This record gives sequence, structure tokens and C-alpha cells, in this order.
Amino acid sequence: MQRTTSRGTSLLAASAALLIVAACGSGATAAPVASTAPAVSSAPAASTAPASAAASAAPASAAASAPAASAAASAATGAGTGQVLKVALVCPSAKNDLAFSESMVDALNSMQQQYHLQIAISDNQFVVADAGNVIRQYASEGYNLVIAHGSQYGSTIQQLAPQFPKVSFAWGTAGTTYNLPNVFAYQAASNEGGYVQGAMAAMLSKSKVLGVIGPIAVGDAKLYVDGFVAGAKSVDKSITVNPVYTGSFSDASLFAAAAKTFVSGGADVLTGTAQAVVGAIGVARSDNLPWFGTQWTQASLAPKNEVSAQVYDWTPILKQMFTAIRGGTLGGATYTIGLGNGGEVIQYNSGYNLPASVKAKGDSLIKAITEGTLNVPQ
Amino acid sequence: MRSGVDWRLLLFSWIALPAALVGALLVGAVMMAAFGADPINGYRALVQGAFGSSYALGATAVKAAPLLLVAVGICIAFRANVFNIGGEGQIAMGGLASAATALAFPNLPSVILIPLVLLAGAAGGAAWGAIPGAFKAYFNVNEILSTIMLNLVAVQLMNFLLAGPMVDKSAFSTGGLIPETRLLSPNSWLPILVPGTQLHLGVLVAVIVAFAVYFLLWRTSFGFRIRAVGLSIPAATYAGMPVKRTVTLAMTLSGAMCGLAGALLVFGSLSHRLVTDGSLTGFTGSAGFNGIVVALFGGLNPIYAIVSAFLFGGLVVGGNSLQVATGVPSDLVTTLIGLAVVFIVSLEYLRHRARSRALALAHVAPAGAGTPGTPPATLVDGGSA
Amino acid sequence: MSQFFTQAILTATVASGIALATPFLLASLGETIGQRSGVINLGLDGIMLLSAFTSYYVALNTGNLGLAVLSGVGVGFLMGIATAFISVTLKAEQGISGIGVYLFGLGLSDLLFVKLVGTPLPIASLPAFRIPVLADIPILGPMLFQQTLLVYFAFLLVPVVTFILDRTTYGMKIKAAGENPAAADSLGVSVARIRWSAVLIGCSMAGLAGTSLLLYDGIFQQNLTQSEGFIAVALVYFGAWTAVGVMGGSLLYGLVAAVVLAWKALGIIPLSASDLAATAPAVLTVLALLWVGRRFRQPAVLGKPYERGE
Repeated sequence: MQRTTSRGTSLLAASAALLIVAACGSGATAAPVASTAPAVSSAPAASTAPASAAASAAPASAAASAPAASAAASAATGAGTGQVLKVALVCPSAKNDLAFSESMVDALNSMQQQYHLQIAISDNQFVVADAGNVIRQYASEGYNLVIAHGSQYGSTIQQLAPQFPKVSFAWGTAGTTYNLPNVFAYQAASNEGGYVQGAMAAMLSKSKVLGVIGPIAVGDAKLYVDGFVAGAKSVDKSITVNPVYTGSFSDASLFAAAAKTFVSGGADVLTGTAQAVVGAIGVARSDNLPWFGTQWTQASLAPKNEVSAQVYDWTPILKQMFTAIRGGTLGGATYTIGLGNGGEVIQYNSGYNLPASVKAKGDSLIKAITEGTLNVPQ
Repeated sequence: MRSGVDWRLLLFSWIALPAALVGALLVGAVMMAAFGADPINGYRALVQGAFGSSYALGATAVKAAPLLLVAVGICIAFRANVFNIGGEGQIAMGGLASAATALAFPNLPSVILIPLVLLAGAAGGAAWGAIPGAFKAYFNVNEILSTIMLNLVAVQLMNFLLAGPMVDKSAFSTGGLIPETRLLSPNSWLPILVPGTQLHLGVLVAVIVAFAVYFLLWRTSFGFRIRAVGLSIPAATYAGMPVKRTVTLAMTLSGAMCGLAGALLVFGSLSHRLVTDGSLTGFTGSAGFNGIVVALFGGLNPIYAIVSAFLFGGLVVGGNSLQVATGVPSDLVTTLIGLAVVFIVSLEYLRHRARSRALALAHVAPAGAGTPGTPPATLVDGGSA
Repeated sequence: MSQFFTQAILTATVASGIALATPFLLASLGETIGQRSGVINLGLDGIMLLSAFTSYYVALNTGNLGLAVLSGVGVGFLMGIATAFISVTLKAEQGISGIGVYLFGLGLSDLLFVKLVGTPLPIASLPAFRIPVLADIPILGPMLFQQTLLVYFAFLLVPVVTFILDRTTYGMKIKAAGENPAAADSLGVSVARIRWSAVLIGCSMAGLAGTSLLLYDGIFQQNLTQSEGFIAVALVYFGAWTAVGVMGGSLLYGLVAAVVLAWKALGIIPLSASDLAATAPAVLTVLALLWVGRRFRQPAVLGKPYERGE
């Protein structure tokens, strides 16, 4: 009985200790914030200190988050004009994942100067519930646009957006705004690039066996894979192309094993989607086989083997969103990037010596899709 | 009962747990400094993010509730000397069962639907806990093996159900179907207790369940059987207790707690759907593992686990604010939780030594039965009876 | 074509299964030694992650795979010192301290990856080593004898570990420490020292397992192991604490995973059943154990610290 109480009190003591830390922390906020802020910013980006937001206690985290967004320099310059658009991005994987997350991070960073953006990024938010808290935090801190970059965040946006009518939300890849006036939706017609690359892959293949690896058969991954298969079959009806879905987005070993299985079965061209493709790319590299990427270029992983990659360029649709928001429209539109509107780009890798006939085929398909003469089946 | 002064133990308990936590936080400070971030700024953001406002407190409580339930489940299993590391899978099965129930009966009124979905969650988890429990009791299959394997099965079942039978067919887009259920009936949502926060009924349920399990373990004959089996199977057998059934039931109950946690994650979420990102962690937030840590810090006692869950819920919630403020990934918090666990189990040694000295003194006098075996005796205390 | 396709792919499936089984085998062989001495190490996965990251970092910066392997084993050894200190010297509750080590490794490996590496870059993968003569045997050659050196090493360890456990005094002492430490103690065996050495061996092998996984993938990622360390612990129970049994478990798990992938590639498993098929390795492992379960008994004092004079 005695020990019972002692254990209880020890826990209370533990919590008390934490609360004391808390009190110290918040008590110190008022004055020394100014003194600590330069200390923070001195490390990554020296220019956040002038941002006057640092003086107010609560949004300190918001201001301090700017360094996380790599180049925060221009945020301060825009502050005076009142034209700064505060944009927050929440993405499920690492911001340099060479795939889905990186495509949006890069788009935002590239537009920062021209569009006077103050950018905050929270990456690796794969726990959906935690991501919801982060999204809400950004919304409550006065961000103009919160981008929830993952289809799994959609239902959170559906619930949160009505609570923050002055904040604009964007989410994707998805096709619905839930009829909410402050929600944008965006999606990628990844089947289009898949189709083009599938056709080129079929032409490159001598064995007429292609290796296609995906995570689970839904969403963007399935769309790309289906497009790739259709493209390959359009060149050669008899080609062997059975996609393997490993059941995991992140298990690189399974992707590597699937790639090796394909290679041993005669496959001489590989493609795949999900962040675990790094495992499969390793196989393409070591067996010196052509690789087709999607979402972002993976040429840094296979400089000699990546033929091309379907790169998502979100800047055209982000531009439309920024314009709409500055004009007072906070949502209601759905955007689709595709080859036709420049949101998807087939980026050829100069390190791979692509036969001219294959490239010509790719280019002609791109042209046909862009002009609308070819409709890629879904 | 015990001769000699317990002041050493008392002092230890006062100091050890906070010391372990502070020790881990100090290491964390050094790490932050090494990565070029300001530790004070980082920890201030963490505390602000976890406890700094009513909304933050609500978010922490909401994060803590599933942790608490898992911890309570761990307590039950541990008392029966079964180590349940299948929490992740049991949470997922609870989430699936409760979501399926809400999909099947969307029109029931809240007063019926909410208890129903919570029970369904508990049942789903219970089923996923009963399997390793029965395998252990009747087929001698170690629970560590079976729970690890069942976690792997659960994630794929979740992928399968959410991409197929349970998927929201209305949310079609160019990107294809999203692996999630449709928006669950508002009648099934856990009501918000404090307006302007996320604090929902599930938090209250979790706390009540913690008290109930405490009562069950220390005030009922079933609880007595669980603890007796945990202390010594031969002794329990000799006393005529149904050992196999007790072990199975303990694991079933442990799984039910985790399953209930899964239901809270669905119906107390911001999204009110069951969504998968293809991993268990995406849904559970590693509650199945963190709950073990919470149970440990609560001395494997359901009531102290309440405080411990709140603290760790705060750490996890605050970890995101820390990431936003310093650019140091919230992995730091995972690292620190791991360190704190290692510290605390190590410090138990000191207490253990102090106690064995006290016991040695007690043995001079004609002591009772002595220590039967040594199940998790170093940690299993705190319970009175 | 399909004739060639299936036969080639079946050969390849076995080869792939063996490669997939190797990290499991290395980790669970080490864990077998540790558990035989009475120490459970649930932190295996965390140790594998830390070793995998270290090897990655070394390989990235030096380009030397030998150094990468050594550093991975070294980190495993260091984590072994910590693990042995916690579970043997400090007599901590092993199940829970293992979860602590796991969380520590999971968090720290990614923290270091993000902060020290940032942008992922590939490293050279371990080349396959064709064993002369044997590699040219039809079918069997490509299945078994065109693997990397680490694979051969892992499988060579099976007889080595069996020999050590069953035929040497050191092995006897390990088993005594796990079965009846008091009796071992009274015979003058230092239970603590034996357990320390067993844990150090086990953790070093876990380190090597992490490295072998890294070299298989050729790149590091957050949570690279995907809980393989936990599966390795499970396989020790499956293998009934014998090296051969553990090898059987690892092969069963790896081969079933490889077969599932191959059947998907061949279109034998329809897309709709793709996710369910992925559960096959786990389900079959449990069912197989259910079948053999009753015959084995775990080391008598597994997971229990040894107290002199109890």
C-alpha cells in the first residue's frame, strides 16, 4: 500500500517537473524571445530575425518555421508590402523523397520569390491523425493557404475547412472539393505519362517482358501503372506486362525483390511508383537496365539507367490558386495536371542514350495527348 | 507487512521516473544543439504545442486516450505474464470492426450507435488478441511470435478491406479510388466535450475503463486469477485455477482494450473515416508500441497509466511543434522515448537492490511464502490488495 | 516464351527467397545464441536500423563496402554492450527495455539520416559471387551459388552456431546459463559473463543483418527494416532455439514472400487478391508453428535476470 502511494506521487512529481519546464518556457517567452530568435536563425538562414512576427509569442513557431522551408530570405522583404502569401505544406513522406512530396516542395520553393511566399513545410506526416493537428495549427496561425499533399488527408480537410472559412485549403491528389468554398482539389493524370513511357518501354524491350511495380492498387499508383500497361500494349499487344503490387509503399526490400523477380523472368525494362522504388532502381542500376520514373526524376539514383521520368510540375495550378486567393476566391475549383497543360512533363535523362526512333515515338504520343487527338484510357 | 523502513524505495520512486525523463530530455538537448538548433526554443515549442493552450491540452488528451487504453491492455496481459506486442494489429482490427459497424448501421441514433461502435472495436481487437492467447495456452505457440505475425496480417487486411469491400466508391477522381471508407454517419461521432477543442467522449471512456480494469484486476476473483497465473502457473494450477482459459481471456481482454483504442482513433478523429496509407503506423501512430512505454511509466498499474499516458501524449503532440519550430524531425521524440525507457528499466535495478536488501532483512524473521519465481516482479508492484 | 519464362522465374524465385531470408537468418541466429543464454532482445530491429544507417553513411563517404560491413558490425557490437549492460548487469525487464532500444534505434537512425545525409544517394551494391564449378550446375547453380558473399556467410554460420552450441564447452555454458543458472553458478561458471558474451555476439550479428539488408537495397530509407528485426525474433521461437530450425524459419518466410511476388508477376495471383496474398509468409509461419508447436520448450529462465542465492 505504501509503495502504491509512492509510485503515484513519483508520477505526479514527474508531471510537475514537466509543468515547471513548461512554465519556465512560457514565462521566458515574453522577453527573451527576441534574444533567442537570432540564435535560431543564425544557423540555417540568417534573415528570419527581422520578421516582426517573432515578437509575438504564440506564432513564434510559425515564424521560426520559415528556416525549415530552406530559403526564407524573401519572406522578410515582402513583409513590408503586405503582399506576402503565407503557404503551409503538409506532406506524408520526406521532402526530398525524389517522388510525390518533393514535387510539391520544389514547386513551392521555385515560386517563392516571384509570388512573395512565406513557406512552412511539415514533412514525414504519415500519421494521418497527427497531420490533422498540424494542418489545423497552420490554419489557426493565419496561413493563407494550407496544402494537404496526400489523398489520405482529404477527409480531415473536409471536416476542418468549414471551421476556418478565411483560410484556403488545397488537397490532392483528389477530384473533389466536397463542395466547400475554401477548398481546392488537385490531381494528376498520371496515366498520360504512364502511357507514353509504357510505349517507349515496349519499344526498348527486346525480351518483350516489362517489370512494373506498385504499392497497393489504388490512387495515383494504379493510374500510372494502368497507363503504362496500356501504353506498352498499344505498341505490342503480345507483350508480357503483369504489374506487381507489393502491399507496401515503403518496403524497399520487397520492391528490390520484385524487380529481381522480373529481371530473372526476362524483363529488361523496369518502372515503378511509391517511395520504396529506390529498392527497384538499385536493381535497374546493378543489372544495367532502363528505368522509367514517375512523380519526380530519379536520375540521381540511376544516372545511366533512367530513360525518362514523368515529372509533376505543380506550378501552373499553384499559380492559378495564388491568383484566385489574392482575388478573394478561396476554393471551389478542381485542377488536373496533365501533359496537355504543362503540369506533367516527360523529362528525358541525358545520361541515357535513347534511340531516336523511341524518342520520336514518345514525342509524337505527347503531342497527340496534348492536342487531344489521343485519349488515354483510365 | 514489511519490516524495515521503506524510505529508500520511497526516495527512489520520487526521483527515478522524473530523472529518467529529464535525463532523456537532456540528451535530446545535446542532440538538438549538435544539429544546430536551439534546445530551449525546441522544448518551449514542444511544451507549448502539447500543453500551451486549451486546444493543445485537448489534442494531447485525445492523443493520450488510445495510448492509455493500449497501456491498460498491456497491464492486463503483463499481470498474466503474457507480453502483448500485437497492439498495432489489434488497434487496426478494432478500427476496421468499428468502422464496418458504423457503415452497416448508419441510421441508428447516437445513444445506441456510439456504444455499439465502441463495443465493435473492442470485439475486433479482442478477436485479434484471442488468437495469440489461445495459441499460447492451448498450442504452446509463443505470443511474441504470433502477435508479431498477426500485426503483419492486420496491415494487409486493412489494405485489402479499404481498397475493396469497404472503400468509398463515391470519391472517384482521376487519381482513382482513395483507400478509405466513406464519411461515417455523424451519429457515430464521439461528441466533443469542451467546445473549441478536440476533447471528445472517448477520453472519458478511456479513463473510466482504466479505473474499471484496476477494479477488475484487484477487486474481483477473475483479476485475482489473472495475477495468480502471472505469478506462478504451477501454483495457480495447484490451486485448481483454469490456467489456459485465464491466459486466453487475459490476452482477449488485452486485445479488446487495443481494439477500443482503434475505435477511438476512428470516431474521435478529425476525419471521421478510416483511412490507410498502406502502413499500420499511419493509422495507429505507433500507439501499440508507445502504449507499452506508457504502461511501464505507469508502473503497470492502470490508474497511474492515466498520468503517464497524458505525459507521453504530450510528448508526441509536442514533437510536431518541435519539428516546426527547429527543423529537427519529430524522430527526436521517438529517440527520446526509447532512451527514457532504457533509463527507467535500468534505474529499476537500484530500486530492486534496495528492495532485496529490505527483503533480506524481512527474511530474518519467519517470512511468508517468499518470492514465488520471479515473473516481472521488479516492475509488478503498485497494485495493492 | 512462357515455358522459358516460368522455369527461369522459378529458379529466380528460389534465389530471391534465399536473398530475402539472409537478414532474417543473420539476426535470428544471433538472437538464438542470446536467448539460449536466457536473454531476450526485442531491440533487434532498432539495432539493425542503426547498423544499416552507419554502413550506409560509411559506404557513401568512403565507397568502401568492406569498411561499411565492419562499421555495421561495430555498431551492433556497441549496441550489444548497451543491451548486455541493461539486461544482464542492471537486470532490467528485458521485454520492455528491448522496446526502448527499438524506439531509440528507429528514431535515431532516421534523425541521423535526415540531418547527416539529407538527399538519398545510392551506394554500390554487393556483387554476386559465383562459386566456381557449382555456379554452373544447371538450375541449382543459379538458385544457390550465385549469391553475395554475405549470403554464403550467413548460411555457413548455421553449422558453426550448431557446433558451438552443441559441441563446445562454451555452448554448454550458454545453455546452462539459460536453463539452470544457479547450477551453472555453483559449477563455477560466471552466468553474467556468459550472458554478456552471448548478447554481444547476438547484437553484432544483428548489426550484420542490418548491413546485409542495406546492401541488398543499395540505399537507406526511414525505417528501412520494416520490422524485420521483430520477425527475426519471432523466427527464433519458430526455430525452437536451434540454428537449423531458425534457418528453416527464415527460408520459409523468405521463400513464401518470393513466391508470392513471382506469382503476382506471372499473373497467377489476381490483382484483387494482391493484398491478401501478401499476408502469406506471416500466416504460414504461424500455421507451421501450430503444427509443430507442442514439441518444443523454451530455455527455462528466458527473459529472467539471474540473482545469486535465490
